[in-house]
Amino acid sequence: MKIGVVTFPGSLDDRDAARAVRLAGGDPVSLWHGDDDLRGVDAVVLPGGFSYGDYLRCGAIARFAPVMTTIIQRAGEGLPVLGICNGFQILCESHLLPGALTRNDHLHFVCRDQRLRMERTDTAWTKAYAEGEEIVIPLKNGEGGYVADDATLDRLEGDGLVVARYLEVNPNGSLRDIAGISNPAGTIVGLMPHPEHAVESLTGPSTDGLGFFVSAVRSFTGANA
Amino acid sequence: MPRVVVDVMLKPEILDPQGRAVMGAFTRLGVHGVADVRQGKRFEITLDGDATDEAIADLHRMAEELLSNPVIESYDLRVEE
Repeated sequence: MKIGVVTFPGSLDDRDAARAVRLAGGDPVSLWHGDDDLRGVDAVVLPGGFSYGDYLRCGAIARFAPVMTTIIQRAGEGLPVLGICNGFQILCESHLLPGALTRNDHLHFVCRDQRLRMERTDTAWTKAYAEGEEIVIPLKNGEGGYVADDATLDRLEGDGLVVARYLEVNPNGSLRDIAGISNPAGTIVGLMPHPEHAVESLTGPSTDGLGFFVSAVRSFTGANA
Repeated sequence: MPRVVVDVMLKPEILDPQGRAVMGAFTRLGVHGVADVRQGKRFEITLDGDATDEAIADLHRMAEELLSNPVIESYDLRVEE
């Protein structure tokens, strides 16, 4: 199971994402923003950070990177893609997921261990969780407020596409406490908090994040979730 | 040389915390009588040739695909000779 992790100029969490893939039993493959070759990977992680310095809008320039041209095309054909934080912003800018991420309503950068409720657990990235399971993973963003028009929000909720929701505190003003969403097929998932920072007890608040990567590895090895 | 100006603003229904913070500063600095502040972006694009229909159509496409995010923003494009 080869999972590609893209490095853009300004990516920060590509190494942690690759490490999380390895700890989950997968084989991480580094992908470069300027290269349109996906090197035969079975899935892709778009990591957190500040691609292209967050210039213009978060993810707006990354969307047009050569590697994204291939990823957008392959994602449309079913390639599993997980976008974390800046990766989530890139997925929205690419129109692979609906809505947009905007400046936190309180204007401050937020960094905290965040409790979430897992709501959709049949996606390529969330099969290892139980529906309704509560997890705690780090959240760190300045522009993490999820917004979409009411019709889009109603469709996300009605079709069960909300993957995770903030519990206890809404850290950034996201509408309807949405922390992560998916496409209808469940192959593409965008998440604002960082599961890749919660895969080892030494460095994370929990190991609750590992499930995202285990889910992807399991879907390709055929094991039951 | 012709200059094209593109103004990008958050749509009215999208919360603008930056504009709200500026509004708060107005109040702190003793400026009253202001009902609302919205913050946007302005792009000044200088052409190296005439502002042909084709050149302007290209910039409309860029304004829609790159300079703004139609999910949350609207833009206004005008040519300033």
